[in-house]
This record gives sequence, structure tokens and C-alpha cells, in this order.
Amino acid sequence: MEAFRRLEAVAVPLDLPNIDTDQIIPARFLWRPRATGYGGLLFNDLRYEPDGSEAADFVLNQPRYAGAKILLAERNFGCGSSREQAVWALYDYGFRAVIAPSFGDIFYNNCCKQGVLPVVLPEAEVIALRAALASSNAATVTVDLERQSVEGPAGFKTGFEIAAFRRRQLLDGLDDVALTMALIEAIAAFEAEYDRDLPWLAAGQALH
Amino acid sequence: MTAGLSMFEKIWRRHTILEREDGAVLLHVGRHLVHDGTAAAFHSLAERGLPLRRPDRTFGTPDHYVPTATRDLATVTAPGRREMIESFEASAANLGFTAFGLRDHRQGIIHVIGPEQGITQPGLVIVCGDSHTATHGALGALAFGIGSSEVAHVLATQTLWQAKPRAMRITVTGALAAGVAAKDLILAIIARIGAGGGTGHVIEYAGPAIAALSIEARLTLCNMSIEAGARAGMVAPDDTTYAYLKGRPFAPAGAAWDQALAYWRSLPSDPGAAFDHEVTLDAGAIGPMVTWGLSPETAVPVAGAVPDPAAEPDEERRAGMRHALDYMGLAPGTPMTEIPVDRVFIGSCTNSRIEDLRAAAAVVAGRRVRVPAMVVPGSGLVKAQAEAEGLDRIFIAAGMEWRYAGCSMCVGMNGDIVAPGERCASTSNRNFAGRQGRLARTHLVSPAMAAAAALDGHFIDVRGIMKEL
Repeated sequence: MEAFRRLEAVAVPLDLPNIDTDQIIPARFLWRPRATGYGGLLFNDLRYEPDGSEAADFVLNQPRYAGAKILLAERNFGCGSSREQAVWALYDYGFRAVIAPSFGDIFYNNCCKQGVLPVVLPEAEVIALRAALASSNAATVTVDLERQSVEGPAGFKTGFEIAAFRRRQLLDGLDDVALTMALIEAIAAFEAEYDRDLPWLAAGQALH
Repeated sequence: MTAGLSMFEKIWRRHTILEREDGAVLLHVGRHLVHDGTAAAFHSLAERGLPLRRPDRTFGTPDHYVPTATRDLATVTAPGRREMIESFEASAANLGFTAFGLRDHRQGIIHVIGPEQGITQPGLVIVCGDSHTATHGALGALAFGIGSSEVAHVLATQTLWQAKPRAMRITVTGALAAGVAAKDLILAIIARIGAGGGTGHVIEYAGPAIAALSIEARLTLCNMSIEAGARAGMVAPDDTTYAYLKGRPFAPAGAAWDQALAYWRSLPSDPGAAFDHEVTLDAGAIGPMVTWGLSPETAVPVAGAVPDPAAEPDEERRAGMRHALDYMGLAPGTPMTEIPVDRVFIGSCTNSRIEDLRAAAAVVAGRRVRVPAMVVPGSGLVKAQAEAEGLDRIFIAAGMEWRYAGCSMCVGMNGDIVAPGERCASTSNRNFAGRQGRLARTHLVSPAMAAAAALDGHFIDVRGIMKEL
């Protein structure tokens, strides 16, 4: 996984609340292998008209936000379906950080597994950052995970909280599975005890 | 004296392998459920050259991509779908876990067949790469949805790294009125606490109105916990739970049953257990609900009307409401009963069990529907049971379609979609933009309310029809 330390990049505001993962990546694309690339499918139904032309009013289609790597979203961003393809699409498009007042829990976890930093800021701070971006010609925001800070135009600066283990995982770009496989003896010991205490979990297996 | 523990806390502790200083907890997974959308995780396991750690704790079925008009895969020609089903069944064969394949009479929606087979049991951590995994909490399990990377981690290690969620208790007093279903209850709860109201929390549903619910009603309730943002929803196991589980294929029997029962009886929250948040509702105040917008939190009583954004003080919310009304083609102030319906879908992991089908059949029996309507049972066994009871003949005589089991029109991944601009009364769980098909307009309702809408061509309070019966 790609590590995340500090990112200075164009930030694009997406003002609607409750943007669910069906809108980030519609279900009809989910069968596609990751290697085929998901960037072009990000926000497909918001970004493109049914005839395939660009939706002129959608924010990602505005030249001002070309090359954006930071998404400034609204409350409950990434709610709904657990599809990790939502993060694949954001990542493949180029996003490496999403800032919002709140996230869907599963989406938040999925971001941390893919090297995309989810930043939770109080709603008032998100509104202030959006206003700072709107009032400035520069659309650049800096997100620093080591210092846990967000800086924007017009002197915007604030800190953010993130669980220590998620911060470390993102800073180091750690692979969970490799980390856990190193603990396999402790896992096996736990399992032996668990299987002894809950032996009925084997019921039905003989039938199949 | 120690403080009492919540049911969530008890199950969490029972499955904790270790806790790191930075707060990450390594949890053992008691049951892992997989389906035909799990391909990326199987691929990841193979890429790493790792075996499936616990085939005996892994269970699956194809559900998202399966055709519901036929069981003949040769008819599935759209790109990707057939490959997803075939690749799932190949993974099951290669890795050696229990799978109910497309041609198995027990195939169905994973969240329907887990409880039906007795795979879902109280006191277990159950995970699945699907957000509606909270369903299984109805039997007193701690069940939650995970992403594909986490699925790969469970396949390889039978564990998950988790931050401990907070606990919320929703106490429902009184009793649901006749014609008011668990679906109406959960929509009323989500309308009350919001689509993000449960974020970061595990919800325990408690109180006399919950204890009075059947297991199938509890499954509907817990299923939509994720639509309130919660990681999981759960109901304490009780005699209703044990009676439901007894005799199911994967449930214990004989001496093992008694041993399991002793564990299950230890699970309900202790008196004095601490919850981070408490919410109380009166079930008697809830009527049939219908959603008007693009989030389940937009549920209103069928006697109500589409709200007016102009009356919403918050600017972001106002903008969200305007966007939703524009997409849904609705004007503020429209009574819900004046909204015409183009199509009806009865099915999904929320509402496709036998009690759901009975409720819908009771409404349409001896009548004719005015709009296209489709009934998709949640499993092959639900289908067989419905047919034994003659429900299929009632639906067909009413002019409805009777299908094979699968996720179907809830998410449209198998091609069962709602046309652009079409308005669908749906017993599923999400009214998101494009969820049932691009530009499809979804209104969430209970099975009885969906059946009533099919008869009338508009939303109508099903209790009026029930009086005529």
C-alpha cells in the first residue's frame, strides 16, 4: 500500500450530504477487475450525462479543479454499500485524501486499506474551508498526517484526530495481512481454546 | 462491584485475541459469509499464495449476480455476471468451504440463508463483505459488513483488526399496531436518528416492542441498521430465538444444544450495562412509512406529505432536499398518497422471507395489480415454502411475477433494474440515486405497503385495504 505523509494538492468541494458509495461507483461496474482501472468510472452518473457527454455543472468537470487529489465532502460521505471499489475509483482518479464532517464506517476503513487518508473535521471547519477555497484563486490545500493538520487558503489552519493505529498504518503504508501473519501462533492458540469452548460450531459440517 | 456488561461487550471480549497499545483489537471471526461479489478478495488470497485458514468457518452462496427469471446460466450474456457466479463456485470448490451454489435448492441471499440454515447463531462475531451483514444481529450475534481488503484478511487469518465501536441502545416501548411492520419501525428509527445517527456505534434494540417481534421481523429491523450508519444492530437472544434455531441444519443438537444454550443465555446485557447513547421510541405512535428522497432517513408516515425545503433552516440540508426532489420528480407538499407508482419490487435481504411474502399475499389475494410487480423470494427454501402454501398462485393470479431467489432489483447487479424515470415502490433497503438503475426513483416501504401500492397504483395506507378483507 502507498504510504501517506503530507500532500499539497488541489481540493475539490462536493457539497451534497449522504453521498453513498452507489453514487461514487454505481453497482453495474463492480464486476470489473481492478486492473482495468476505475478512475474513469468515479461518480459516473453525476459526472456524465446518459449520452456519455460530461455533465457541465458537476464539479469534477470544472477546469479549476483539474488534477485534484483532495476531496472536500459533506456529512456521512461514503455511507451505504461496503464496496471497496468506491475507494479504488477515488484512488485511480487521483484522490489521496477526503475531508468530511463524517464518513460511513466501512468506507472509512476501506480508505485506510488503500492509502487514501480520511480526515474528519467538525462541520463548521469544513464550511470554513469551503468558504476559504471559494474566496481564493488558489484551490490548494495541504494535508499533513505526521502533524495531523490541514492548511488552506486565506490562513485556514486546523488539526484533526485519527486513531493511532490507522495513522501508523497510513504513514508506513503497512500491509495488514503480512502484519497479522506474524501473529499466527497467538491466533492458533486462541482458536484452539475457542473451538474447545464452542464445540457446537462444528454442527452440520458432517452433512456437507 | 463491577458494572454490568452489554451484550455487545460480552461478544467483543469473547472474540478478542489481543489488544495493541495503540487501541487496535485483533478479533476472531466466528463465521465468515461470502458471496459472488467476493471475487477480488479470493484473488488477493491467491496472489499472496495463502490458503483459506478456516474452510469450516466459511459459508457462501451466489446472490448479487444470479438471474431470477431462470436458473440457466446460458441465458446470462451481459459482461461479467456469469463470470462472477462461475468464479464464486470455482473458489468454493478450490478452497473447500460450504457453498450453496446456483443449482442448490438452498441457494439464496446470504443474509437470508445464514439464519435459515442455522449458520447464524447467538454470541458469534459474524462478518461478510456486504453492508447488510448487520441482519444476523437479530439472533444475538455481533455481525457487521466489511470491505474487500478486510475480507481477504479474514480469509487468510480468520481475524480482523478493529477499533472498538461505541454502544447505543434503542428501546422501543408499546406495541406495533396491526398493519405496521418491522420495516415501518426501522424506517421510523432512521428518520428519527438520521442516516448518520448510528455512525461508529453498535445498536442494541430492546424493549417490549422488540421482544414481541418474530425472528424474521428482527432480521428486517437489524438489516437496516447500516442505513442509520451503525456498524451493527442486535437483539438479545430469547426463547423466540432458541425456538427458531432448534432443528436447523447447522444448529447444534443433543448435548451440544444444551451446551450452546448455556452460552446463549449468558449473552443478554446485564442490568446496569452502560451505553454511550440511549434512544426511546413508542411503537404505538408508528404508522406505515414511505420514503420520499434519496436516503432512508427521508421516511414519513403514508398519511404525511413531501416536505418543503423552504422550511429547512440548514443550508446544506436544504440543498440536499432540493437535489432529492429534483431527482425524484416530486413537488413539496404533495400528499404521499397522491404519488403514482410505476412498478413494485417485493424482495431483498430486508423483506424476502416467508412472513414478508405472506403479508404481501394477504393484501393482493383475489385482486389484480395495476402496475408491473415482481416477487423475488430470499432463498430456494423460502420459494418452496411459499409454493407449498399457495402464495405463488396468489401472486400470479394477481398479475405479479414470481421469480427465483437472489438480490435482484434491490441493487440491479443481475440486470433486474428499474427504467430511467420510473418510480418503484420497493421493499428493499436503499433509495439512493441510481441504486435500482440509472435515474430510477425508489420509495422504500413494507411488503404489505408495496402490495397495496401495486393494487392501487399510488401509495395507500394498507390498513384501509386490510379492513376490507
